[in-house]
Amino acid sequence: MKLADAPAATATPGGAAAGQTSRQAGWLGLALLCALAVAVLLSLSVGARGTGVGTVWAALTAPDPANGEHAVVLSRVPRTVAGLLVGSALGLAGTAMQGIARNPLADPGILGINAGAALAVVLGIQLFSVSGIGGHVWLAFLGAGLAAALVYAVASLGREGATALKLALAGAALCAGLGSLLNAVLLLSREAFDAFRFWQVGMLGVRSLSEMVQVAPFLLLGSVLALGSARLFNALSLGDDAARGLGIAVGRSRAVAAVAVVLLCGGATALAGPVAFVGLVIPHLLRLAIGGNYSRLLPLSLLAGPLLVLAADVLGRVIAPPSEVQVGVMTAVIGAPVFLWMLRAGKKVEL
Amino acid sequence: MSIQVPPRSRRRTTSIRVNTTLLAAVLLAFAASVMLGRYPVGPGQLLAIMGGENLPGLSFIVLQDRLPAACLGLLAGAALGLSGAFFQTLLRNPLASPDVIGIGYGSSAAAVAGMLLFSLQGPPLMLAAFLGGLAVALLIHGLARSGRQVGGRLILAGIGVAALLQAVIQYLLTRTDVNAAADALRWLTGSLNASTWERVLLLGTGLALVAPLAVPAGSKLRILALGDDTAAGLGVRVAPTRLGLVLLGVALCAMATAVTGPIAFVAFLSGPLARRLHGGRNNLTGAALAGALTVLAAAFLADNAFGDASLPVGVVTGALGAPFLLWLLVRTNKQGNGG
Repeated sequence: MKLADAPAATATPGGAAAGQTSRQAGWLGLALLCALAVAVLLSLSVGARGTGVGTVWAALTAPDPANGEHAVVLSRVPRTVAGLLVGSALGLAGTAMQGIARNPLADPGILGINAGAALAVVLGIQLFSVSGIGGHVWLAFLGAGLAAALVYAVASLGREGATALKLALAGAALCAGLGSLLNAVLLLSREAFDAFRFWQVGMLGVRSLSEMVQVAPFLLLGSVLALGSARLFNALSLGDDAARGLGIAVGRSRAVAAVAVVLLCGGATALAGPVAFVGLVIPHLLRLAIGGNYSRLLPLSLLAGPLLVLAADVLGRVIAPPSEVQVGVMTAVIGAPVFLWMLRAGKKVEL
Repeated sequence: MSIQVPPRSRRRTTSIRVNTTLLAAVLLAFAASVMLGRYPVGPGQLLAIMGGENLPGLSFIVLQDRLPAACLGLLAGAALGLSGAFFQTLLRNPLASPDVIGIGYGSSAAAVAGMLLFSLQGPPLMLAAFLGGLAVALLIHGLARSGRQVGGRLILAGIGVAALLQAVIQYLLTRTDVNAAADALRWLTGSLNASTWERVLLLGTGLALVAPLAVPAGSKLRILALGDDTAAGLGVRVAPTRLGLVLLGVALCAMATAVTGPIAFVAFLSGPLARRLHGGRNNLTGAALAGALTVLAAAFLADNAFGDASLPVGVVTGALGAPFLLWLLVRTNKQGNGG
């Protein structure tokens, strides 16, 4: 198993090609922005009770408390905001993780980082009665951080380094082990289980806007740190030694980027529960479109991540009426085939 | 592979000695799980109960609770251990056990769907688990078929499929009332708590039908383990043989899963454990015994080590198996011959 050097081949900036991809990235960004605007509108208007675009606009600009349809639209606002926050956090975290690990299969769900955050939150609630998102988010950071450190340490010990297979296996082992412990907690308390089984599938709209405001600063900090790591990731795609040769303090920069990933994954998990495959799919689709330059991949994943999450959420509302399929299930249903297709097209993603 | 290979006869006596020791350990764990616990049963009392005498309270505990649970643990553990060793040998990778490559999740998803959506029980539930496991086995086999790193890609495909199926299982858990979902969760963790003689009979019959096939399959497996070309040279039709072995492995894993739920990491742990005891050689009997021992010992811990609470056995195997898998990864890493 070799490290993926697919990005290295396409990440060489400079020349006419760079100018072209830069223009492509600009257009793609614009297209993503438009698509995201449509997704936001859909997220506000689609549901058990559909509302027209005009009504959405009226509800947002001149809300009428007596109007039932306005109330429905406004009740969808926290859910849409959560989709935007969670999607951008997970998309960016996935891109950053793939950059840190130089590994095309890195994803906070596959690698057990979401599971670590989830177990920490549930343990905190059950054992220490930690309540409120202000407490949950710290637990999520703790769990995500420990899981990330463990998986990366296990996979990178030895000379071959963190190959795709070892990272995925370490992640799967961690998921299974943490899942057993989680089940033990849930089996001992039926109330916890009843609350948690919905959170566990990954749901938007369980948090209020005021709770999101409490998590937003962490996501903002994580985003800034991740966006600032583009140069590191580009250099790393040439190899650790080459990166050092370019004058980058590899160990310290990696640690900063890892903090960014933990902030983003932990914040997203605290808001919506464990949502998998967003971080896996987004960087790959973007890489197909504009190549492997992280200074474009990272900002664009901020737009593509929420687009995927909101689209999955809207789809989940209409796919099986009258009930709805939670966003975490939808992203898995969309993301898993992409994952398997990547394995099939394995020559590019050298495993 | 050591350079000095002991003579075949000495190797055989060693492996018989190892398996006898394992068998003794299994019997010891079996006896402990029947006799010890909150209400200990002395040897004399046990003999009296087995002789048909009715000791108030104790008879019920032994005959209706501990004995069926121990029998079920023995059978399920042996089936899982055997199935794990099958896949590990067939794919020549110690990490390729059915729970790691997603086959267990296929069985689980199908069984949970059967339980919650169609209220299946007994043999139909077993069939659903078998078909779910088989579907995943064929899917990941198809996905990984081409290309050189078949073993690695198969594991990755399995991990991807497992992540998808996990989401599906969790979704199913949200679609039903909390009691049915909690029962399904208990089953999903892998549990001997709801053991009945009916279930023992069910699993026992299933295994009795399939187990005789394991003997000829074992010799085929040894030949395939030499490599596809060598096996073809020795007159084995590689593709159909491999398919047959996959079917057998899935059947063993799925039958145990259908009755006890997916007991985490037993299939994965047993093969390497047996191989270690057998001086680095694969031994199917040893793997089956190691599986039975793992489940019985873990069930004993789960029942007695946590005060009043009696946890499902899968909590213990999952919590202990994960660090072992991580350790194995680190170790193969250091040797530089890991996946």
